[in-house]
Amino acid sequence: MTKSNTTKALETTGVFLDDRLRGARVTTAFLRKLYPDHWSFLLGEIALYSFVILLLTGTFLTFFFQPSMTEVIYHGTYTPLRGVRMSEAYASTLNISFDVRGGLLMRQIHHWAALLFLAAIMVHMLRIFFTGAYRKPREFNWLIGITLFVLGLLEGLFGYSLPDDLLSGTGLRITQGVLQSIPIVGTYGSYFLFGGEFPGHLIIPRLYVIHILLIPALLLALISAHLFFMFHQKHTQMPGKGRTNANVVGSPTYPYFAAKTGAFFFFIFAVLALLSTFAQINPIWLFGPYNPSGITAGSQPDFYMGALEGALRIMPAWEWNVFGHTFAFNVFIPALVPLGIIFTGAALWPFLEQWATGDRSEHHVNDRPRNAPTRTAVGMAAVTFWGVLWLEGANDIIADQLQIPLFTLTWIARVAVILGPIIAYWVTKRICLGLQRKDAHLLEHGVETGIIRQLPSGGYVEDTRPVSEDLRAVLEYNRVGRPELTAPRAGEDAEEVPAPDARTPIGRVRSRANRLLTESIPIEADGHGNGYGNGQAAPAAVTADEQGADRPELEQGGSGGEGTGH
Amino acid sequence: MSDIEDGGQFPPGDGEEGPRAPHRVIGTPPPARARTLLRTPPEKRPPPRWLPAEPGTDPGQATRAERVVAALFVLSALASIGFIAAYVGLEVRSVDATLRSNLALGISMSVAFGALAVGAVIWVRYLMPQVNLTEERHPLASSPQERAEFEETFTQGAEASGFVKRKLLRRTLIAATVPLAVAPIVLLRDLGPLPGTSLRHTVWRRGMRMLVYGPNTPLRAADFAIPGQMITVVPEGFQDNQDVLAKATTIIIKFAPGQLGPPTVMNWTVDGIVAYSKICTHVGCPVALYEQTTHHILCPCHQSTFDATRGAQVIFGPAARPLPQLPIGTDAEGFLIAESDYHEPVGPSFWERG
Repeated sequence: MTKSNTTKALETTGVFLDDRLRGARVTTAFLRKLYPDHWSFLLGEIALYSFVILLLTGTFLTFFFQPSMTEVIYHGTYTPLRGVRMSEAYASTLNISFDVRGGLLMRQIHHWAALLFLAAIMVHMLRIFFTGAYRKPREFNWLIGITLFVLGLLEGLFGYSLPDDLLSGTGLRITQGVLQSIPIVGTYGSYFLFGGEFPGHLIIPRLYVIHILLIPALLLALISAHLFFMFHQKHTQMPGKGRTNANVVGSPTYPYFAAKTGAFFFFIFAVLALLSTFAQINPIWLFGPYNPSGITAGSQPDFYMGALEGALRIMPAWEWNVFGHTFAFNVFIPALVPLGIIFTGAALWPFLEQWATGDRSEHHVNDRPRNAPTRTAVGMAAVTFWGVLWLEGANDIIADQLQIPLFTLTWIARVAVILGPIIAYWVTKRICLGLQRKDAHLLEHGVETGIIRQLPSGGYVEDTRPVSEDLRAVLEYNRVGRPELTAPRAGEDAEEVPAPDARTPIGRVRSRANRLLTESIPIEADGHGNGYGNGQAAPAAVTADEQGADRPELEQGGSGGEGTGH
Repeated sequence: MSDIEDGGQFPPGDGEEGPRAPHRVIGTPPPARARTLLRTPPEKRPPPRWLPAEPGTDPGQATRAERVVAALFVLSALASIGFIAAYVGLEVRSVDATLRSNLALGISMSVAFGALAVGAVIWVRYLMPQVNLTEERHPLASSPQERAEFEETFTQGAEASGFVKRKLLRRTLIAATVPLAVAPIVLLRDLGPLPGTSLRHTVWRRGMRMLVYGPNTPLRAADFAIPGQMITVVPEGFQDNQDVLAKATTIIIKFAPGQLGPPTVMNWTVDGIVAYSKICTHVGCPVALYEQTTHHILCPCHQSTFDATRGAQVIFGPAARPLPQLPIGTDAEGFLIAESDYHEPVGPSFWERG
């Protein structure tokens, strides 16, 4: 019955469409497209669906929001602010909250979705970095992703500034002060953006157009490109049995991925609705309208701006006055340099890595972070750097909660922002190499079974069991079968004369980078402890008990058992 | 089947009857064709299924899962109806009513989406056969032949257009695009006025009264208590002008005799009352926190800390310059007034400040 219904639908609608669009072949390929499965592949989807929800709720909000700085006296529903002078932007935001049914819910969903959007982008980006999914051929998507992140930060900041409440106005004031500090162009930039002196009467209408049209259009275009490239190049997959660089293992779009991703969209919408119902966010009516003379203690930006805020707080008061000009290092350095390092570094990383490793091949199977210790360590150093700045962005709250003097805390952060990344780099690298050792040990000696047996000679051995095929595929990936690297490697062996390329200063840097990036713990494939070692010769170590023929191998297993100790 | 004509026999394996077919007589139609006329060819086997039809779990479990999913979908529909009912039935226009409406709308919306999500996931997990298929991945680069074809197309197009050969055309075209690209940038000029010297001045003038921010009342030097609180004052006549307030907002604090010391300009104080700009010299937040015991003024944005007794010098934090001091005095009626504008630009640093 189902079949006949399906056929009937295809005969009518399907034929109608195909007669005009000739889509049967392309659509079949689309329906059969395979999607590898891993929890971390959902992170990008969270960002995507948050964006969709932002578009939906944002459109609703535009129906009621007045992007105007014309001053009005409030006579609305919220009694504590009646009779107060405020901008139309702020008054209309109050109206959305208290006079439009569902307005408060939509505003809160919009704000929560913005936070989720940026949080998902951050975690998604970390996932891509740590698994090496940015490698050839996906460099374009990595760069598009970074651009999306930056645009998302701006979009969030501008949206936050629109309601013209005390907090958003303060944020805008900081933005203006930072812009004004930039050498040569800063003052002009500020006057052009604000249409004169701060705050003026133009900034909110201008930010509004940027927030609802310009940046969303760019985001939409770049997200489309991002998805198209992902679709065209096919998704990466995590290492596993049967997964190679030349295939994709997963379940098809139709019906699996379509149903799962649809469910995921609903799930994200449900979570955001739930948060917006029970977790109040940005209650602008409590802050009051913006006034350049007013402020509240404990002002905090949204979380994604925290690192920038922390950088401003942490910076020593350096300023130069030379040749009649002011270099406000205390402002423009923290505003531009830390995020500049992160984003420029991230954008260049894939190309630096290619240059250092000489690896120009396509990669479709992700690395496990431990198998690229230096990359993982660099990533963790960046996370620590960002994290210290982010925490410092809330230093007044932390000082208050932990009863640490504020100045002491700032000094701790000043030291930590430099030492923290170095320590994080070193610790991460040791952890990665340690995990590699553990993997190598598993591959060489198998899994400990906990069964102790006495040998005829009187010694005791512990039986080991070879690792399962599935686990072996995961552990071995990118250990065996690592692509041949063509970069110069000078000084590996003192006897070896380095290639002429490798003797130049750049060549030496490259050799060193090469050694760093390809560092890994070797697996002794033919190591001691043969039978139980590589797990290929002793498929049933546990049953060896009953088979006298296996005894000689057990002797060898003994040395494998000893090997466990080191 | 083309080799039938040669051997006159069905090739082995082409059906059971192949070997027993009669020898072919010259001039007669090939037996194969004759055969297809006589009977339909053996039916082709259908290709292997792309996906299994049944979930593979036991039917009882599938039925239970189906019921649960159906119940969730019904729940979602009910919640959506509830959402509409809450929209129609619950008024807003008061804080309590808004919160009630928000609660009802939010819960019904969460349930509507959540039930759909959970239902769909159970459907996929328990009612669809679990598959793990493998698909080949091809190198992304085009084949050399495709590249050659592209190169040829591109080269021929370039030649046909004359873009390479006719240098004059090419160069003038490029020359034409340059001013065209500059034009839209010029168009942005009127986004704002040029700064000029506007950042160097505020509206404070000699004799202008200071009004307490908020109530907008003037205040006398005699009204102060010691130890004094920090009071925010604004220039009279500009209480509601945000552009003015963003630069001219000032704080005044009264100190006991002897508490104020250099580099505070004592001539600019009245009776131990000193006035500083409230706009932080870091990025322009109002420096709103004052600690009476230590006389520290603190900016809540980035914690720049200024010593109010010592010319508002920076003690800690990212601000590089002290808060500018405003010369103040009293008028004939004893109200606090400004004696002049600030003697240096207030607020955050800028390139032309010097």
